[in-house]
Amino acid sequence: MLLEIRDLRVRAENKDILKGLNLSVNAGEVHAIMGPNGSGKSTLARALAGHPGYEVTGGTITYDGKDLLELEPEERACEGVFMAFQYPVEIAGINNTYFLKAALNAVRKYRGEQELDAVEFMQLVRGKAKLLEMDQAMLGRSVNEGFSGGEKKRNEIFQMAVLEPRLAILDETDSGLDIDALKIVSNGVNALRSPERAIIVVTHYQRLLNYIVPDFVHVLTEGRIVRSGGRELALELEEKGYGWIEGEPAGARG
Amino acid sequence: MTHVAERQETYAAGFDAFRLTPAFGSGALPAAREAAFGRFRAAGFPTTRHEEWRFTNVAPIAAIPFEPAAEAVVDGAAARALNFDGAVPWLVLVTNGRVSTPASLPAGVSVSTLAGAAARAIPSGRPASAGVFVDLNTAFFEDVVLLDIADGAVVDQPIHVLFIAATGHAALVSPRLVVTAGEQAQCTIIESYADLGSGSVWVNAVTDVQVAAGAVVDHVKLQRQDPESFHTASMFVRLGRASTFASRAITLGAAIARNDIVAVLDGEGAECTLNGLYVAGGDSLVDTHTTIDHAKAHCPSHEVYKGVLAGRARAVFNGKIIVRPDAQKTDAKQTNKALLLTDEAQINTKPQLEIFADDVKCTHGATIGQLDEDALFYLKARGVGGVQARNMLIHAFAGDVLTGVKAESVRETAMRLVDEKLHLNDSAD
Repeated sequence: MLLEIRDLRVRAENKDILKGLNLSVNAGEVHAIMGPNGSGKSTLARALAGHPGYEVTGGTITYDGKDLLELEPEERACEGVFMAFQYPVEIAGINNTYFLKAALNAVRKYRGEQELDAVEFMQLVRGKAKLLEMDQAMLGRSVNEGFSGGEKKRNEIFQMAVLEPRLAILDETDSGLDIDALKIVSNGVNALRSPERAIIVVTHYQRLLNYIVPDFVHVLTEGRIVRSGGRELALELEEKGYGWIEGEPAGARG
Repeated sequence: MTHVAERQETYAAGFDAFRLTPAFGSGALPAAREAAFGRFRAAGFPTTRHEEWRFTNVAPIAAIPFEPAAEAVVDGAAARALNFDGAVPWLVLVTNGRVSTPASLPAGVSVSTLAGAAARAIPSGRPASAGVFVDLNTAFFEDVVLLDIADGAVVDQPIHVLFIAATGHAALVSPRLVVTAGEQAQCTIIESYADLGSGSVWVNAVTDVQVAAGAVVDHVKLQRQDPESFHTASMFVRLGRASTFASRAITLGAAIARNDIVAVLDGEGAECTLNGLYVAGGDSLVDTHTTIDHAKAHCPSHEVYKGVLAGRARAVFNGKIIVRPDAQKTDAKQTNKALLLTDEAQINTKPQLEIFADDVKCTHGATIGQLDEDALFYLKARGVGGVQARNMLIHAFAGDVLTGVKAESVRETAMRLVDEKLHLNDSAD
């Protein structure tokens, strides 16, 4: 088991958002977390990444045998946890490539690996940039500064491709993408699917799951996973809407 | 208040002695010095009741009986160590206000001093009563660097005018620099200040820059005096038609640092940039007062001042923009940002817009805050944590003030010094 979440309770802005969430994820699996607005999808993603605005008030998260909640955000990243931000942050004055090199070398150092030299790093970056159709100009600009919504999301997956995490959490990576950008991003994610890696796709819409086909789909409402199933559950949700699930008695499981 | 009056008597004794030296000058200069010293004696040190000095108390300067610095010689290696990395071969060394005429200079550039050109030491364009410290400089400047760039001369490599204070405690140094860039001339001038002595030095500098029509002048000022020293400086710039002047003022030192900059856009199509970066810790105070005077039409001006304050440091920023009735189509932008790394650090910032024309664009904004928590989390979420994340963000915040500097070696040296200074503050926290 790569990730084991038990009875997770999270508070943000003085509100209880997650109210006892359970989720188990094995390496090699792709899980989709779907749910209506305000159900706690993004809260789950941010709590996993260790965002300081999200207070864990109960439950456990075990990642690769370790207590994830004991780790600082940067330690989680170095352990191989990667969250693609719903709203990537613009950082003026820090070059995209420089940032990525600092990140990669921080992760490598943590793992006791040699830092990459400039030539090795640029070779790696060029290959991954091609995958996400990132041009040189984007790499040379400040992190996310002046990027369009689609470019920001592409940059997130590009970073993921370079950092090669073991657990990737995509927080509404599809929101704000046109179909072309959605395809590029999905191709990037699919290229990273591997037996060693797990991916959690947080999304409001089924559309993304046409391109990133999940092994499991979970429906999150009011801070709990109320139904889990295979890919067909997403299609059912698309057809019937979230009201169909919300109408069922709490605790109903597929 | 009696002690302040007594202090002025200390300066009077110094002035009496100075009268008897050849540096007091000839021609119109002695009369100008007498008049300036008279104004200084009448006005005395400013207090916080003066609007221009509301947040800057110069009592610590007034409390010390400063005497004019004697002549001194500095070791060549020590001076070279204060030069910029890489290709900055043209060095004009000024020690305790006295100019060492450089052995060689690039084509189209000449340097004169008080001995040969006393009449030009006080440019006629400078407004009278520019302030009591300008008067004090006029009374006491020991020598002057008259840097002339000939019409049409394009000087590729920067010229570094290095002002060193090499003296003991309680010495007053009065540097004076006059830059004249001829029509269509192009140059990069570095003006830098450092201390090689011991004790508290007061450097009270005056700089005049005349930018003729079509000339392009890149100016970098680097002030890295010792933490117990004082620095007061006044720069006056006059821009001719379609000329370009860009200033980057980097303040890293002194217990009290006050920079007054006045730029007059005195010809159509002139473009002026006043950028600045100050880094302060401990109990130091950095005060910047700028005035951009749009006297003619079609002139853009850009101003970005940024500060990083640690410890109990304080900063003052006052940015005045005047748009005269004739200055239609003015486009003036002003930004002031400060990063406060501790709860005790503080800044007083004030834009001051005086607009007398109707077809103009003037924008101003000020932001004061801590490091951006979202950016910090973003870095952490990618594995970059702790001091490294913090330093990356501070470096990024400070860096863009220098991005426009044309000479790469100057930009890189300045950034390295800024980083060193910031690191210093890290370990002191």
